[in-house]
Amino acid sequence: MADLRVNIAGLQMKNPVMTASGTFGYGLEYADLVNLEDIGGIIVKGTTLHPRQGNPYPRMAETAMGMLNCVGLQNKGAAYFCEHIYPQIKDIRTNMIVNVSGNTPEDYADCAALIDGLDNIPAIELNISCPNVKHGGMAFGTSCEGAASVVRAVRRAYHKTLIVKLSPNVTSVSDIALAVQDAGADAVSLINTLMGMAIDAERRKRVLSIGTGGLSGPAVKPVALRMVYEVARAVQVPVIGLGGISTATDAVEFLLAGASAIQIGTANFVDPTVTVKVAQGINDYLERHGCASVSEIVGAVDQ
Amino acid sequence: MTLTEVCQLHQRYVLLKARPQQGDLPAMQPGQFAQLLVENSPATYLRRPISIHDVSADTGEVSFLVQVVGEGTRHLAALSQGDRLNVLLPLGRGFTLPQSPAERILLVGGGVGVAPLLYMGRCMAAMGCRPTFLLGARTGADLLRLDQYSQFGEVYVTTEDGSMGEKGFVTQHSLLSSQRFDRISVCGPKPMMVAVARYAKASATDCEVSLENMMACGLGACLCCVEDTAQQGHVCVCQEGPVFNINELKWQI
Repeated sequence: MADLRVNIAGLQMKNPVMTASGTFGYGLEYADLVNLEDIGGIIVKGTTLHPRQGNPYPRMAETAMGMLNCVGLQNKGAAYFCEHIYPQIKDIRTNMIVNVSGNTPEDYADCAALIDGLDNIPAIELNISCPNVKHGGMAFGTSCEGAASVVRAVRRAYHKTLIVKLSPNVTSVSDIALAVQDAGADAVSLINTLMGMAIDAERRKRVLSIGTGGLSGPAVKPVALRMVYEVARAVQVPVIGLGGISTATDAVEFLLAGASAIQIGTANFVDPTVTVKVAQGINDYLERHGCASVSEIVGAVDQ
Repeated sequence: MTLTEVCQLHQRYVLLKARPQQGDLPAMQPGQFAQLLVENSPATYLRRPISIHDVSADTGEVSFLVQVVGEGTRHLAALSQGDRLNVLLPLGRGFTLPQSPAERILLVGGGVGVAPLLYMGRCMAAMGCRPTFLLGARTGADLLRLDQYSQFGEVYVTTEDGSMGEKGFVTQHSLLSSQRFDRISVCGPKPMMVAVARYAKASATDCEVSLENMMACGLGACLCCVEDTAQQGHVCVCQEGPVFNINELKWQI
């Protein structure tokens, strides 16, 4: 058995496999299907300071090897999370991480401050890359100044591991990554979804209620891999790679590209046990290649 | 699971029967659904939510009535006996079962929406109830397995072309003007369910509908299949439904 443990800016993980926000609920939804404690980290559904109803139905469209969604951050708000959901998840023995969103830097900071008070939440992931909301979200994540302003505000209010999730819908993702690193991010995760559209030719209508949505699934993997490779070479902080990972081979490719850990998203919808299969498969790869630990392959792709 | 039978019922419909590779089937409520994995299908990615059509306690088989509507269901229809079928089940909240055998229950189905009503009929029969079925389709050829339904209750049909039963939509059937029911449970295309819900509301009859909103996970995680409800706002059809009482919904009826 290879050593699968990784350390992401102080966050100790038993293996490098995490679930991507919005694809695994609060973990509880999957508790009957997979042993949650075998997963390195669970990033729960995007949480905002105030409750949000999200966008109207329809919110998804399947695409070739992927899907579009425009959920729009439906959640019951940070206070509800702290009071009702946190007690249900605080004793799950893995890293339970909250994904935080907001409309303004102050929103993000206030929400992060509430989560900061929860003992068993060792990290947050800042979502500055949601393509499905009118205000906030990707509006911050697509400019260096916007991204840095949110990270600075949250850094003042939040004292544990701060991961910032980056948008791929930009010209230079490395510039954004550098900006959030300089503003105080402990790690970056990428990629969030790619903006896309689906059209129903027979009805001559756009399928999604707000017209556009975020593309995820295996279809986005090559784009994600390229961006992770670029960012890992640009920044000093650890990089968490995601985007279309559904097999251990996919995960290893992201590690080789420079990711210190990976997240699995849409594949959870297809196979609820995919996370533990990928963790096992990473171990098999390491053994097969005579590697003692995950860290040996991080960024180890030939130049 | 392993497919024990694949039966092409019609050009667009296939009946799949499957049995767990190990152990027994879990207990299932009528109206619940399963998520079927579509393998080797590069044009799709997600599972397909399919109603539980019937369950045989004797043989330990569950059956699915699949309408071929696109790439995913086309792949499912192309499976053969003996093939593996990766299934998550049972999911969601099913139909309300009667409290007593005396309750008069009307089960209304349209198109492939007739599927969950067979297992509902079987469960009701096991409780000593005899439901009435009102099944609608475009043509007589689209009305499948009627002999199965008639084991459990009286079957009335409508077809849009008049080739079987009364011509027209289920809401135009003479049964609705001649008989009263304690509850109507409906599964079918949304316009049909809305029309039945209107009839139920106008006649002060309890009514529940089975929604088929597009979903990804089926587990309440992706939040894609939401329906707007009067009390709780957006709720996941896969978890809080697919069956809802019409009073819970914000339909204009």
